[in-house]
Amino acid sequence: MFKHSFFEKNSIFLVIGILVVVSIGGLVEIAPLYWLDTTVEKVRGVRPYSPLELAGRNIYIREGCYACHSQQIRSLRDEVERYGHYSLAAESMYDHPFQWGSKRTGPDLARVGGRYSDEWHVTHMIDPRSIVPESVMPGYPFLATKRLDYENMAGHLETNRTVGVPYTDEMIENAVADVEAQANPDEGDVDALLARYPKAQARVFDGEPGKVTELDALIAYMQMLGTLVDFDSFDAAANSR
Amino acid sequence: MAGLTLYAFGDDTMNGLALFGLGVAAMLGLGVAGGAADEGMRIHAMLFAGAAILAVFFLINRIYEPKVSLAGGPDTIDYNDSVVRAGAIASVFWGLVGFLVGLTLALQLAFPVLNFDTAWLNFGRLRPLHTSAVIFAFGGNVLIMSSFYVVQRTCRARLAGDLAPWFIFWGYQLFIVLAATGYLLGITQSKEYAEPEWYVDLWLTIVWVTYLLVFLATIWKRREPHIYVANWFFLAFIVTVAMVHLVNNATVPVSLMGSKSYIAWSGVQDALTQWWYAHNAVGFFLTAGFLGIMYYFLPKQAGRPIFSYRLSIIHFWSLIFLYIWAGPHHLHFTALPDWAQTLGMVFSVMLWMPSWGGMVNGLMTLSGAWDKIRTDPLIRFMVVSLAFYGMSTFEGPLMAIRTVNALSHYTDWTIGHVHSGALGWVAYISFAAIYFVVPPLWGQARLYSLRLVNVHFWVSSIGIVLYITAMWVSGILQGLMWRAYDNLGFLEFSFIETVEAMHPFYVIRAVGGLLFVIGMLVMIYNLWRTIRGEVRAEAPMAGTAAARA
Repeated sequence: MFKHSFFEKNSIFLVIGILVVVSIGGLVEIAPLYWLDTTVEKVRGVRPYSPLELAGRNIYIREGCYACHSQQIRSLRDEVERYGHYSLAAESMYDHPFQWGSKRTGPDLARVGGRYSDEWHVTHMIDPRSIVPESVMPGYPFLATKRLDYENMAGHLETNRTVGVPYTDEMIENAVADVEAQANPDEGDVDALLARYPKAQARVFDGEPGKVTELDALIAYMQMLGTLVDFDSFDAAANSR
Repeated sequence: MAGLTLYAFGDDTMNGLALFGLGVAAMLGLGVAGGAADEGMRIHAMLFAGAAILAVFFLINRIYEPKVSLAGGPDTIDYNDSVVRAGAIASVFWGLVGFLVGLTLALQLAFPVLNFDTAWLNFGRLRPLHTSAVIFAFGGNVLIMSSFYVVQRTCRARLAGDLAPWFIFWGYQLFIVLAATGYLLGITQSKEYAEPEWYVDLWLTIVWVTYLLVFLATIWKRREPHIYVANWFFLAFIVTVAMVHLVNNATVPVSLMGSKSYIAWSGVQDALTQWWYAHNAVGFFLTAGFLGIMYYFLPKQAGRPIFSYRLSIIHFWSLIFLYIWAGPHHLHFTALPDWAQTLGMVFSVMLWMPSWGGMVNGLMTLSGAWDKIRTDPLIRFMVVSLAFYGMSTFEGPLMAIRTVNALSHYTDWTIGHVHSGALGWVAYISFAAIYFVVPPLWGQARLYSLRLVNVHFWVSSIGIVLYITAMWVSGILQGLMWRAYDNLGFLEFSFIETVEAMHPFYVIRAVGGLLFVIGMLVMIYNLWRTIRGEVRAEAPMAGTAAARA
């Protein structure tokens, strides 16, 4: 008969036993997500982030916005009515890392794009309580004055390509030009930007033409959140899993 | 193979290799600082180089220090307690830092003006500083310190290696400093409880593998035939944390000279990988490791053997098997496929049983010694920590049920749940272990004051109760407000109305946190006087033999 003292007298077998036992759950639960076709819905419209949106997303990450804002609308009636269509896996398929969050000290932002004007965002980011008196959000006035560091956006796109985001050579070559065109459409090739990134919104987001600030990038990111999916192409029944 | 080589080679060889390694580390740090792609990386590279240079000085100083001869006869074991002493100090220091940052965050949510609208001190950057400081800096130091204390005594062998334990200790502190300063500088992967960027993760991996090897090598030197149960839990904690750390942090840096990287996983896969990691940071870092602490210090302090050997075997293997599955309960009703959510829910509910197996084994160890809960404040800390462990491991499975989770998720109920486990279970069993080890480590017969331990207990217990009740009420209230409909069928409350309703509870929570900090200060004072060898002139605790006499 097998006795447990075998593990108690052989540290290597104890370690191997632990490794085997703790590996099973992950192998059964997580690994299939990488090969089951049903994991990510087939839906039109989702594209990689434009370089300006990606830079904005990096600021969102840097400031820890995910600590208070989720980007994941659950399939519950009140959430769908409050925030819009429940989130699809496809909508974050190019997100490295994901930003679903775990806490709503502030509201969900998965579909915040287009809900408020750029001016609202600028005022709100600089002084949240000037526009929402009960808000407990910190102010981020420094974003409005800080110049966006985007010289190496090509490197960022390339790294994303390494981890699986389908950025083309053309997108990588034009990364810097696309940042400038999206934030200062008067001085850039917006048509080329839109050809590469359909539905990208090109305008002076922070109200100050010329300099591309961190606030430009962050608002560009927020204004595109949840706007990409073409819900006419989404068949909920076919994607039940 | 540091632990192994340290074990096999002589001191001179090891000192030479260590000096060489530190020289390379310093050059690497200076080189990266010179060509850094961003300011954060430059600061971190300089910190790294500075740490290596400091270590060179201390190492040279150590080499030329006269060696203290081994004490005692052939039967006494010369335990390596110097690194345990350092660990005890670091635990208390980081505990205070972590609690203070937590209090700051609580106050920021109650009074947002305290964010000061700066880049450095806003809630978003301080929050990972708090979670990392309490989990990894406080909890991690307690775990390393107590596992070193326990493994030596249960194996009756000196800690393996001469420099390796010190490398683990200081390497781990460097990891904490790099992580913490990184958050303030805006360097983060945004994966909760795994925020440090790729190079800090690599550094932690080196330190952690050394930790595993030193721990194992000490077990190999044991003079006891069996490996004691506490060490099974420590091993499961070290091995599993290494596994989830490596998978969850798989990442590609934009440049080897820059801090920013992009995680290999994306979207839904990244989400489940992350919560598989994070829930096992809870399951193995904050549970298995601290159960190891419980399994040594509780029977020692109670003076009774563990209640059931068989129960410890069953609950050990079932606990580590089931915990790994529980991650998806963080993702109910999300874009994660339903089959994975269901698996996570079912396994979370099953996890209740092995968790309570540990609690029962601990509490029943006291049978026949229950009077000690009145007379011994250390036992009081331990028993209440097990009670909180039992409560949170009942609450957890409850919140993992989809219908309950629909209400509780995204609200403060989760925060309350975490803190009943973190303050009630983890911190209390840590306090008990620290109170236990400090007098013998500094050669004192007893603590400065048992009555002050009692004060610490009551002040922090009231703090915990205020904290978790405030969060229960605010969490359930906000969850109900979000889903409330008026009689015309419209959502009744705007989001900001639900934020406004939280204010009184956020104030109460901050008061609870303040009490917890005050308790910590009482502990520090008590330990400081203990280390100085003082004994407070005080009446013995009521009910003790001394009081009756």
